[in-house]
Amino acid sequence: MKMDARPPILEADRLAVEVGRHKVCRDLDFTLQPGDTLVILGRNGAGKSTLLHTLAGLREPVGGAVLLSGQPYAAWPRGHEACLRGLLAQSQPDFFSASVLETALVGRHPYLGRWDWESPEDEAIALDALATMGLDGFADRQVPTLSGGERQRLSIATLLVQQPRLYLLDGPLAHLDLHHEICVLEHFRKLAAGGAGVAMVLHDINLAARYASHVLLLDGAGGHIIGSADRVLTAERLSAAFGHPLRAIADGERRLFVPV
Amino acid sequence: MTHKTRIASEHAGGPADSARPPRNAPAISSSPSSAARRRSHRRAWLVLAGLVLAALAAFVWSLSAGALPVSATDLFNAFSGGAGGMESDIVRTLRLPRATAAFACGGLLALAGALMQVLLRNPLADPYVLGISGGAAVGALGAILAGAASGWIDAGAFVGALGATLLVFGLAHGDGSWTQTRLLLTGVIVAAGCGAAVALMLSLAPEGRVKGMLFWMMGDASSVSQPWPALALLLAGLAAALPFARELNLLARGEITARALGVRVGRLRALVYGLGALLTAVAVTTVGSVGFVGLIVPHLVRLAIGNDQRLLLPATTLAGGVLLCAADTAARTVVAPIQLPVGVLTALIGVPVFLFLLARHPR
Repeated sequence: MKMDARPPILEADRLAVEVGRHKVCRDLDFTLQPGDTLVILGRNGAGKSTLLHTLAGLREPVGGAVLLSGQPYAAWPRGHEACLRGLLAQSQPDFFSASVLETALVGRHPYLGRWDWESPEDEAIALDALATMGLDGFADRQVPTLSGGERQRLSIATLLVQQPRLYLLDGPLAHLDLHHEICVLEHFRKLAAGGAGVAMVLHDINLAARYASHVLLLDGAGGHIIGSADRVLTAERLSAAFGHPLRAIADGERRLFVPV
Repeated sequence: MTHKTRIASEHAGGPADSARPPRNAPAISSSPSSAARRRSHRRAWLVLAGLVLAALAAFVWSLSAGALPVSATDLFNAFSGGAGGMESDIVRTLRLPRATAAFACGGLLALAGALMQVLLRNPLADPYVLGISGGAAVGALGAILAGAASGWIDAGAFVGALGATLLVFGLAHGDGSWTQTRLLLTGVIVAAGCGAAVALMLSLAPEGRVKGMLFWMMGDASSVSQPWPALALLLAGLAAALPFARELNLLARGEITARALGVRVGRLRALVYGLGALLTAVAVTTVGSVGFVGLIVPHLVRLAIGNDQRLLLPATTLAGGVLLCAADTAARTVVAPIQLPVGVLTALIGVPVFLFLLARHPR
């Protein structure tokens, strides 16, 4: 047992990722420890989702390695990795109807044997997660009757039901109103404080500044900057990465970035 | 170790790693929604039980109805080895194989349809979307045109069906990528090509053979002598699909979701594709390309019990069997002594039912 030398939750080792001929990043090195929140920023098409899928073990990197709790994905027993890391993917259209509770219960899949059915305990976990996402009372609703924001919260609840250590979130705030944006980010801050690791793609620089412990800024041409949020988030770097001039405004202790 | 951007660890702790995280068990709430879920499960099991009864009823009807009505006592005698007689012979050598073939093929088509709808994530998919019926028709009609015996017609249908499947798979899989749209489009194109070949053969065929060709294409259970392979495959196919039912639930929600939850999507898709193709090929070989069973039945069952494949797959199989067995009995009795091709009947039932469903559930 390695008690003190606990491996980081997620580690990227000289990671190189490409989509077709487009280079997303080269020689990306970082370790994500319990309590860390890494926010990935970059312009459209920079490859943020591709990178996140690579970190989730769904895609082979062109070079380098991704280690989940100290081991490459291939070394984990099949299905076990899904107990350790969860991915919130960009929303996909549903073609078949299902109830909200049924959908949330999908997150229990990694814990169930081939012939198991979801137990009352699993159901309690799912109802708990739905309540956390403000969906109590929605359990029997059919998913196609939900609004876009409600569906997004259902996807997040499904991820919470999975109870991983590492949360990979691809645009968790899509379709959410202001109140729910903050609720969702606060909840993941709480999970991180409890020992989870979080890596997410965000589009709102100011929310990134408020919630990230670390930031990875992709420049869209294969280059990147990674480091603590304070160090990476400067008007100059953001302007270069997004190809649009930005200005920093001080608001008490916080800095706000506004497009010029 | 290379230089790393060290992300500070202020919050040590959390569950011990490498051990599977514990299943948190908050207090079991007896909330109304979990009761609702149990209710819907109970309903699903009731539907399954009802379908088993319906299957028995369909068999009894199919065995007793016809030009020579057979009473319940004679039916019982025919199977308990009691006094023989013409009724027993008709039931055992004519009606039982036919009813079994219709039931098995209905089940095969409905199960294959449910699998294809999940594989392609498309509610409009049916067992024939991948060009299977077209390929089978080309093979069977080619054999009829060549004047082959009925065994060779079956062989032609089977080879044609699997040939079309492999062709679609190979073309859609050319560069190793796999998108549902591409598979679907390739299937449609191959089916169109087969349709042209079928039309060509029909126009070239001598007068005497055209009727047999048309009957084959519309689906017909009258000439089945060996229903048991289809029934055995039906049981084997269901047994092969059920262990993967929960994974199929995830696949229906999208590839990324399924993979992120630990499903081996590539292997699962290959299994579903191969199984769906085999089930359809055997059904088409046995009774011809009967339409609409594979499209309608999974939808009807989904409306009744929801889309959990663990219940949907067995229920769909039973319902498909019941539908085709009943439709075949109706096809040979409603305008007796004329026998209708059963495919015409399923389409006549299927089209209005499906249009009704579409109108009722606008998406």
